[in-house]
Amino acid sequence: MTLHDITATRRGFLAGSGLVIGVAIAPRILAAAQTGVHAGGDPALAPLNAFVKIGTDDTVTVLSKHIEFGQGPFTGLATLVAEELDADWGQMRAVHSPTDNKVYANLSFGLQGTGGSSSIANAYEQMRKAGATARAMLVAAAAEEWNVPASEITVQKGRIQHAASNRESGFGAFAEKASRRTPPAEPKLKDPKDFVLIGTELPKLDTHGKTNGTAIFTLDITPDNLLIAVVAHPEHFGATVKSFNDAEARKIQGVVDVKQVPQGVAVYADNTFAALKGRDALSIEWNLSQAEIRSSEELAAEYVRHFGEPGLEATNRGNVEEAFKAQGLQMLDVEIVFPFLAHAPMEPLDAVFVKADDGSIDIYNGAQFPGFDQSTAAGILGLDEPKVRVNTQLAGGSFGRKAQFGSPYMQEAAAVYAATDGSRPLKHMWTREDDIRGGYYRPMYAHRMRGAINAEGQITAWEQVIVGQSIMAKADLDPTSVEGASNLPYAIPNLKVTSHNVQLAVPPLWWRSVGHTHTGFAVETFVDELFQKIGRDPVEGRLALLKDEPRHAGVLKKAAEMANWGGQVPEGRSRGVAVVESFNTYVGQVVEVSVGPEGAPRVHKVWCAVDCGVAVNPNVIKAQMEGGIGYGLGAVLFDAVTLGKGGRIVQSNFHDYRSIRINEMPDVAVEIIKSSEKPTGVGEPGVPPVGPAVANAWRRLTGAPVRQLPIVNIVSA
Amino acid sequence: MVTFTLNGQERTFDGDPDTPLLWVIRDFEKLTGTKYGCGVAQCGACTVHLDGMPRRACVTPISMIEGSDVVTIEGISGKEADAIKTAWAGLDVPQCGYCQSGQVMSAVALLQMVPKPTDADIDGAMAGNICRCATYHRIRAAIHNAANSMEG
Repeated sequence: MTLHDITATRRGFLAGSGLVIGVAIAPRILAAAQTGVHAGGDPALAPLNAFVKIGTDDTVTVLSKHIEFGQGPFTGLATLVAEELDADWGQMRAVHSPTDNKVYANLSFGLQGTGGSSSIANAYEQMRKAGATARAMLVAAAAEEWNVPASEITVQKGRIQHAASNRESGFGAFAEKASRRTPPAEPKLKDPKDFVLIGTELPKLDTHGKTNGTAIFTLDITPDNLLIAVVAHPEHFGATVKSFNDAEARKIQGVVDVKQVPQGVAVYADNTFAALKGRDALSIEWNLSQAEIRSSEELAAEYVRHFGEPGLEATNRGNVEEAFKAQGLQMLDVEIVFPFLAHAPMEPLDAVFVKADDGSIDIYNGAQFPGFDQSTAAGILGLDEPKVRVNTQLAGGSFGRKAQFGSPYMQEAAAVYAATDGSRPLKHMWTREDDIRGGYYRPMYAHRMRGAINAEGQITAWEQVIVGQSIMAKADLDPTSVEGASNLPYAIPNLKVTSHNVQLAVPPLWWRSVGHTHTGFAVETFVDELFQKIGRDPVEGRLALLKDEPRHAGVLKKAAEMANWGGQVPEGRSRGVAVVESFNTYVGQVVEVSVGPEGAPRVHKVWCAVDCGVAVNPNVIKAQMEGGIGYGLGAVLFDAVTLGKGGRIVQSNFHDYRSIRINEMPDVAVEIIKSSEKPTGVGEPGVPPVGPAVANAWRRLTGAPVRQLPIVNIVSA
Repeated sequence: MVTFTLNGQERTFDGDPDTPLLWVIRDFEKLTGTKYGCGVAQCGACTVHLDGMPRRACVTPISMIEGSDVVTIEGISGKEADAIKTAWAGLDVPQCGYCQSGQVMSAVALLQMVPKPTDADIDGAMAGNICRCATYHRIRAAIHNAANSMEG
């Protein structure tokens, strides 16, 4: 099933109030504004369906089944509802929906979850239908009350009107009455040409609280009598506690208890500093018998040994082996090694547990897969799932970190809570050190690429071997290891892509744009180097091979036009280009680079063109491109988590796992291709092209190809 | 016992004198706008104003601030703060939002000291504040907008 095949089912959204289930009654202390985006409708919100509630004060609150961590679903989903409801943007609010894998399923996954840049793509029709349903119910209620035909009633900017009798009302007056009506079977959706909100730069709903400090994240949930817990983790993956001494830790003022949990040693305290100080005072001996003790360097040496072995076949068209035997070929043979990358969201992982009077538990966390968190916690706490309510909170970023099968973070947090008597609410938090050293990285990968150019200057054959961990824990081909390479957009007659899965004790995870984080870099630097070898312009060369790929070609042409490609480039600078499709969104980027003060690339400007189908909110799309460029650029320039000699994790905080900073951020210009295709996601697709575009510019500027990342390591080596 | 003012109100703290100001503000004063991001003055998410100067609360022991005046995101006010918050909203700067209290506090301090900052001034004042969503492009534009809005 592709994203485009998804249609909302009646069951999925046409739910009356009876189907708004599982709404947690939060403890009173936590009841106010947990997201910092206030739900409207004081005192009561009338639910018109599982996604829309309307308050007597005319506010419309959208229940977002997707977590808001900066990528904009609160605003995006509210826009879709408001459009079909004919609401005024000023009356719109958004909160996280409760946890329910059926009602709030991501239609791409079949369960509730946020990821794969799917929020807008899978909610596009569902949320519009939710809005249209609510509108029809309000109109029917007004028609009955006013005793006029529903067909004569109009709705505009949140006002229900009957012109003939000169009557007008807001939504609130009819909210209660409308909520008791049967939803229409097939609400009529607008023709896109009649959109008034979709496609406009509506201000985001969550900006205000995120500017004045009132937005509440998991870390900010502070019920009375709260226990804080931190866990001492090993410095080797796969290590376990052999023995520990907590005598010094227990002497720290405020430390309440120390307990061993499967993940390490937990320190419980009355405040955060006491917990941290107590953890520092622990003395732990670790058992390394199952631990990863190879260094990154040793791992890389083992990875490249797989290049010559037969791998898992992802693509095999034409006959690469035969093509490589032709006479008079120019060959290019390249190996690239990619490091582990931590996601390093601003808010490290955390969760709050609060027991209710009936013994059920409320969990507050930045839940990207809330259903998994719920079932995982319920299992560890020995409760039936309905007795564990996962209340999704605004999260300080994720970039993939919070989307984990089996919820390993929740396993730790719940184990830490389960080890207490449950009499006090508990906050479990990771520090930055836990985060950088916590694994679930973008895996290490090694690519080998061989390409052949014939006497006429045509690329006739391309072979790519990819070695690394399977994020999906597959024994056979993992599509996320090869995506972007296996479906190479360039028309090359002989193409072979294979992969090798490697087993490590270092747990892998998807990282913003998943396979494209490395395949995009490998493919786009390799093709560029091939063009350079034959003296072909990198934009024209790509366009010639993208004849059957109009959307790739479209964003590439647009980015080149924005940058005035081929025009004068300032002295000492060079330009590079890349185009990558990920998650059905197409992004072309041109970058301008010089040699910076550290001897590393200084990126001055990025011109970015994106084709994501219908642009629901151009402001959010541009923001995601800007942010994706910064995130991708920082990683390519500066970032690696490395295992040192003996397998110990080297990096620990932002001083040695560098983030891009404002003085390193390029100026960014974004243009959106006008399109009537169904909308696709934008959270991830801005990331992949910037790295290869910079490497391409760097190679043309300095003559040095980038074969190892991050670039700063090569430069300083 | 340490006595200081927090957003204009006199407060005392008699716990562990090593406790960083960040955790006093968050755990004891229950003001949660000031964030934890790194604990080692690398990210700026915990930026507050200490006697009018931007300061990383995560590495400031409470024992150091006897008699000092602490202002957090909840208490920041004045024309520079108003201009920054308005400019932030105008450009929808925040994405995840977690670092933005610190960004706003650093930006307000910059405008208080340099009413018309150049790009280099902005780099100097803001390079200590990490934003993993990389909203830097808009932060820079919003600071310029705020400075322009304060003219005249």
